[in-house]
Amino acid sequence: MTRFVTRRLVQMVVVMFAVSVLTFLIFNVIPNGDPAVRMAGKVPTETNIEAIRQEWGFDENIFVQYGTTMKKVFTGDLRSYFTQLDVDEEIVKGIPRTFSLAIGAALLWMAVAVAFGLYSAMRAGRFADRFLTITALVGISMPVFWIGALMNYYLGFKLGWFPNGGYVEFTTDPVGWFTHLILPWTALAILFIGFYSRVLRSNVLDTLNEDYVRTARAKGLSERQVMVRHVLRNSLIPIVSLWGLDFGAVLGGGAILTESVFDLQGVGQYAADSIGQLDVPPVLAVTLFGAFFIVALNTVVDIVYGFLDPRIRVQ
Amino acid sequence: MPPAPSPQFAQVDELTTSDSAADFSSDVPSELAEEERREGVAGLSPFRLGLRRLRRNKVALAFGLLFVVLVGACLAAPLWADYVAETGPLTNHLSDKTMVDGKEVNVVGLDGVPIGPTYRAKYFLGADENGRDIMVRLLYGGRNSLMIGVTAALLTTVLSVFLGLLAGYVRGKVDTAIRGLLDIIWSFPVIILGVALGVSLALGGLQLGPINIAGDSLLIPVLVIGVVYVPYMARPVRGQVLALREKEFIEAARAQGASPPRIMFSEILPNLASTILVFSTLLIANAVLLEAALSFLGAGVRPPAPSWGTMIDAGVDRIATAPHLAIAPGIMLILTVLALNVFGDGVRDALDPRAKVRLDH
Amino acid sequence: MSGGEPILDVRNLRVSFSTEEGDVQAVDGVSFQLRPGEVLAVVGESGSGKSVTAMTLMGLTRSPNARFEGTAQFRDTELVNATDDELRQIRGAQIAMIFQDPMTSLNPVQRVGDQIMEQITAHGEIPEAQARTQAVEMLDRVGIPRAAERARSYPHEFSGGMRQRAMIAMAVSCEPDVLIADEPTTALDVTIQAQILQQIAQLREDAGVGVILVTHDLGVVADVADRIAVMYAGQIVERGTVDEIFYDPQHPYTWGLLGSITRVDRDRPGRLPAIGGVPPSLANPPEGCRFRPRCPHAFEPCTQVPDLEQRGASGSGHVDRCFLSAQDKPRLREVDGQVGLTTGSPSA
Repeated sequence: MTRFVTRRLVQMVVVMFAVSVLTFLIFNVIPNGDPAVRMAGKVPTETNIEAIRQEWGFDENIFVQYGTTMKKVFTGDLRSYFTQLDVDEEIVKGIPRTFSLAIGAALLWMAVAVAFGLYSAMRAGRFADRFLTITALVGISMPVFWIGALMNYYLGFKLGWFPNGGYVEFTTDPVGWFTHLILPWTALAILFIGFYSRVLRSNVLDTLNEDYVRTARAKGLSERQVMVRHVLRNSLIPIVSLWGLDFGAVLGGGAILTESVFDLQGVGQYAADSIGQLDVPPVLAVTLFGAFFIVALNTVVDIVYGFLDPRIRVQ
Repeated sequence: MPPAPSPQFAQVDELTTSDSAADFSSDVPSELAEEERREGVAGLSPFRLGLRRLRRNKVALAFGLLFVVLVGACLAAPLWADYVAETGPLTNHLSDKTMVDGKEVNVVGLDGVPIGPTYRAKYFLGADENGRDIMVRLLYGGRNSLMIGVTAALLTTVLSVFLGLLAGYVRGKVDTAIRGLLDIIWSFPVIILGVALGVSLALGGLQLGPINIAGDSLLIPVLVIGVVYVPYMARPVRGQVLALREKEFIEAARAQGASPPRIMFSEILPNLASTILVFSTLLIANAVLLEAALSFLGAGVRPPAPSWGTMIDAGVDRIATAPHLAIAPGIMLILTVLALNVFGDGVRDALDPRAKVRLDH
Repeated sequence: MSGGEPILDVRNLRVSFSTEEGDVQAVDGVSFQLRPGEVLAVVGESGSGKSVTAMTLMGLTRSPNARFEGTAQFRDTELVNATDDELRQIRGAQIAMIFQDPMTSLNPVQRVGDQIMEQITAHGEIPEAQARTQAVEMLDRVGIPRAAERARSYPHEFSGGMRQRAMIAMAVSCEPDVLIADEPTTALDVTIQAQILQQIAQLREDAGVGVILVTHDLGVVADVADRIAVMYAGQIVERGTVDEIFYDPQHPYTWGLLGSITRVDRDRPGRLPAIGGVPPSLANPPEGCRFRPRCPHAFEPCTQVPDLEQRGASGSGHVDRCFLSAQDKPRLREVDGQVGLTTGSPSA
């Protein structure tokens, strides 16, 4: 088991390195044109461009450029040319907000998706199943920024049932923190509930057809015992890794749309705000941040998976 | 994000046909033919079976039709623009007036609030913040959004199939390299990667060899979305190729002396068809949604070109005063994506009927 | 060892499924009895209905599109129409089943010992420690070395033969009266087959368990079975003791099955003997005798449905569904010096 864990950790580091290289390529190499001009943003001036070129080493070779870029990101030497704020600081400020959104939504969507998926599978083909399937399909067809904006406006602003966007620190006001997050959690969860409930339904239906479920029944176990101990448990295992990826993505700023619409000022929104001005440093940093999160969580999930499904450890 | 369909093909189970049908001991072809005629062996390929099943799924067909209708409407945008609304998608009417219920009103009020839906020929769905006809922009925006969605999906499909085939069939170092690349791309949250590419390509554009693509070209979102989704499809394709290449008919082809490219494209590729079909449909849905998201953030289609995403972006800003700005494109987007999802679901069910046959107890 | 009152009495069992292609009559009027300590082999090819019959006895074929007729009396309970509760009590405790593929029949993410324990605790309040000891004991009894260690292993860490032994251990852990084995050796190497069959035969010796052995391989049953029922297209076409079937077979299909067993003690045949034609569609079975389209000896009466009755001289329990006269059969079934089916084209 330890060999397995060590192997995965080494893989993680390698992938993170590769990710950093790709990020560097995306921002500095792939696009056409002068990187210094790009970095200077929407309204570049001559002095700006020259200063940037010096600072980032754009007249040096690629390897030096890569080194400089990574050094700037990891030593907190990254500054936005538009807002003049320190990028890493801004990201750190946004982390608790992004995390609050991500963790709450993830728990919500998992709980609801499992309930819906299981119920749907057990009533497969009947009305309840069809209804839930349509609901799920509508859920995954709905752009989260649109439904979020509408929810914010109608439920928050017009009806006043919920606060109208914004974020409250947990330490300041736990209740306020909670009420401000209800709508964002729901908006973000809708999409994932739609998707995960269908994956679970599909897994459960597949598992129901497995021979070992037939054996479990032949043993004289009650239907509930069969469902919980054999069907549900085995159906959930493949979902764990999917969930880990999505959770990692949301933690890493992938909820950029929800954050923007509800004005939560998280890491994702920080990137969103920078887009309009074509302000590169924040977007670069958030991209790296997001990817690192996914890689890290992917590794954690794989290790957990190794505990749950013993066949994996053999690979 | 949406799940991979089960890679196995439709398998009719033992209860309906006998799989010892291969137990022929008559070695005279005419006897065999006589037998087949008598027993009525059905010669339906999995696709014909799938088509038959799909035809019975009225809901899926209805939504498929809905998609076709929506595409048709968007393609007919110039007709609406020229003959009904008599204006273009980019034409501002900030200071114009128009007739509503017999009264003359400002297209955009003095307080900056544009008129809502009139359900008349002009400004059928109202006007936006610049006085542009929403219906016209909706249809033209749809053209852009759908064009980007479909083309990106096509790009993804081609790249995914190619990479998946190569990685799955050739294996070894090629497989490790391709898989590594796919893993790295997939390590980024999809929308963040889209944003990163969108932002960095926005100013200078892209140089692909001799071809220079401008920063505000619609091809940029196509390329961005097309590339971002490659791992989503390439991995399942690779998985299926891995499974297929162990099958005996591949061994037989190799024994016949078929070269690897021939095997990949003549033997394996046709068997991937159902996976490709299902995934492509879902891909278009995802691509359209991603385009809307990127445009909403400003990293996709660049204004003033219309797309459903940019329209929602403008609409959300003014949701308090003019909600119709955001509602109209949102509903179009939802209908299109929903239609694709339901139809895609139907296609998947039709090609993999095992999903429907259940024995309780 | 066997004999006495039948413990299982199946009468006129019919099972049909409604499918896309229409109604499929998988089992069409099957009757047999099982006595304590006896091994009844149900032999037939794929699609003959043998597995459906076996699984129906356990209620494992119940589904919205399945229809059942007939009865299966097990002690005081009638199985075909039993309630879920009744079935649950019987399954595992009184009638147990092992399946064809032990790899997929065991839960891949649970330890083998735990799965056996689950069977033990399903029928009775047994403390965990005791259940664990019993589970290990069962594994030991079926010949798995280092049983205590092995109980903590996962199914994929066992070899095929060991997995099937583990399945047997699990099935008999509650000391059932009947064991249904559905093609237990089909997924195993030939060398392991003999061991598993030996194991099953041992059960009969030790515990007086009645066994229904479902298989497509007549060669497998010769050593182990007491009685044989040959199934074709959802019906039993011949039934009798093992001696009667092997030495005085009455139905052409049985001749074909016997003829197709390759034998080490005879000269190699010119070509591999096989039964011509294909099995009939169960959605649309042929009129009259179902074997008629493939039978080289078919003649005029075969357009009528032959009942299952005694026609030969051997035993009163030896029944078959063939209109051919008892005098002609010994001659007709001789092909190249042994029992078999000629491959001339069918008449009528």
